[in-house]
Amino acid sequence: MRAEVLVKKALPDSLTPQRLVELYRTMLLIRHFEEQCAPAYRQGKMGGYMHVYIGQEAVATGFIAHLRDDDYMLCSYRDHGHAIARGTDPRRIMAELFGRYTGVAKGKGGSMHLVDVERGFLGGYGIVGGMVPLAVGVGYGIRYRGTDQVCLCFFGDGAMNIGPVHEALNMATIYKVPVVFICENNRYAMATPVEFASAVPSLAERAKQYGMPTRQIGGMDLLEVYREAEEIIRHVRTTPEPFFVEVLTYRFEGHGIADNPTNQALYRTKEEVEYWRQRDPIVNTARFLLENGFATENELLEWDAHAKQQALEAVAYADASPEPPLEELYRDVYTDMEVQEWR
Amino acid sequence: MAVITYREALRQALTEEMERDPGVFILGEEVGRYQGTFRVTEGLLQRFGEMRVVDTPISESGIAGMAIGAAMIGLRPVAEFMTFSFALIAADQLVNHAAKILYMFGGQIAVPVVFRGPAGGGAQLSAQHSHSLESWYAHIPGLKVVTPATPADAKGMLKTAIRDNNPVIFMEHAKLYSTRGEVPQGEYTVPFGVADIKREGRDVTIIAYSQPVLLALHAAQKLAETEGIECEVIDLRSLQPLDMDTVLRSIHKTHRAVVVHEDHRNVGFGAEVVARIQELAFDELDAPVLRVASADVPIPYARNLERAAFPSEEDIIRAVKRVLA
Ligand SMILES: Cc1ncc(C[n+]2csc(CCOP(=O)(O)OP(=O)(O)O)c2C)c(N)n1
Ligand SMILES: [Mg+2]
Repeated sequence: MRAEVLVKKALPDSLTPQRLVELYRTMLLIRHFEEQCAPAYRQGKMGGYMHVYIGQEAVATGFIAHLRDDDYMLCSYRDHGHAIARGTDPRRIMAELFGRYTGVAKGKGGSMHLVDVERGFLGGYGIVGGMVPLAVGVGYGIRYRGTDQVCLCFFGDGAMNIGPVHEALNMATIYKVPVVFICENNRYAMATPVEFASAVPSLAERAKQYGMPTRQIGGMDLLEVYREAEEIIRHVRTTPEPFFVEVLTYRFEGHGIADNPTNQALYRTKEEVEYWRQRDPIVNTARFLLENGFATENELLEWDAHAKQQALEAVAYADASPEPPLEELYRDVYTDMEVQEWR
Repeated sequence: MAVITYREALRQALTEEMERDPGVFILGEEVGRYQGTFRVTEGLLQRFGEMRVVDTPISESGIAGMAIGAAMIGLRPVAEFMTFSFALIAADQLVNHAAKILYMFGGQIAVPVVFRGPAGGGAQLSAQHSHSLESWYAHIPGLKVVTPATPADAKGMLKTAIRDNNPVIFMEHAKLYSTRGEVPQGEYTVPFGVADIKREGRDVTIIAYSQPVLLALHAAQKLAETEGIECEVIDLRSLQPLDMDTVLRSIHKTHRAVVVHEDHRNVGFGAEVVARIQELAFDELDAPVLRVASADVPIPYARNLERAAFPSEEDIIRAVKRVLA
């Protein structure tokens, strides 16, 4: 009896235990998906830059949970988790990473440029901060049409130091666009710590100057992210005005596939990484589920195995998929005209 | 046919397209309350309201990005750069975003946006305000680049640009805004990728675009009157797509060509035209194809130096005589 009362307090009204389990399983799927990437990369199945989201799962999961089908989102190149949280088929994401025709962009974008137009996911972008002005345009388009959609725009702490982001934040307030700017502060831009790169260490504090509501929240606890995101997105949808939220999080792995442990030693200690691993959002949530009787040990194991199975299936699907036909080289440069082949 | 200015022609195109399609809107610095730096958007704020004629802060990346984002969800923004010299601030948005989004997302997101404004110089604007740089944009797969020279083309091509589902770099020229010309009555558009023979001739083909088309026409007139040399003046009108067929047909007739543009000569668009001519019609040529373009220097302020830096009628006449020599 007593436990039930406590539980009711801990869970936000809108979050049923079943929904919480769903979100937990989304995080598990992201984790397992990401864990399959490095081995596949090392086997030469993928190329290019590849950035995983391990450690940050609660952020995309907790925010995207509140999107309606007709809402929009954009993010950076660290985009696998966002696509998975939005419900994109992990097999097609992996196929994109493998450069296969069945990928979400026919294999023409790769890891950094995932997309899912049907779900309003307007893409991952490789130029730091480059998509933040785009989000203002999406928000303006929403206002122009007079709907109550919202747009989420995810970017890193490093993006706070590039000019276009500041032009965009300023314009977002001028035009009162319904955009949530979600700055995932994982402490580093590659090897550069926030304290070095930002004259004002609090990124939310910097954003305050743009006249929109701002907030700094923790990003390692799914429930906290979920609760805050619910309030923020409701505010943006109903006001409408932009909102800036700095989410304190951490990436457990290197910046990208090339940032191996030896490289990482140049900018962070094992102790620091360990400190954050102790705050693993997946472990946290699992504990919460157990303690509140929303899941049994067995169920947790079962869900974990299922997520791993999905990730392995994604790899198998990608591996079995064909490469894009060579005609694709010349397709999609323009909507309506052929590019000449020079030979 | 009505005779109107290039500026009025652009304004007519904007007005007609905004009347036709509620998704078309304008954004840029000083486009609304101030009526446009070059008065192209005069009266539009009053007519269409501030949701559709959007004054912006001085934020070229922000303007370009906002236009691209709105285009990605199906609106048809027309973003004005006060001049294309300032578009350099937005280069990343134009090159890495507008031009790439369709391709890198596998053809699933179109970007029907127009970036327009004046390029070029010639009014003693000196080093930082006189850029053309159309070759930079034409270099980028995914962008269409058009450079109309007359009021009729300006109107018809701006309408085409707004209806196009791809990002279009629409380069006007400050020295053209007050020029006058006949414009067809009623609804019409001018397609991209179709060059226009602005003057017929049998001796030398002069290939130009934007304001230098007028220079070329003057030079051709003078050559005809004083030397009896008949130049064919081809206005490319659109650089990407590029209509080489019209150029090649003319060269089959004249066997000699001069390319004229206001951008710098070194790695300018003329180099591309010359390269294609020699690839496609080497055997037709009776002389090397020459280029008339700006000196490869930053554009100076002093009137005499600026005049010397830009291509002139005399430069064109000299080049024509050289290819005939
Ligand atoms: C404009 C630009 N400059 C540099 C880079 C190279 N680069 C890629 S990711 C990155 C760090 C970005 O860090 P942050 O914004 O914190 O995102 P995170 O990788 O931590 O998710 C850099 C410098 C780039 N992609 N774009
Ligand atoms: Mg970071």
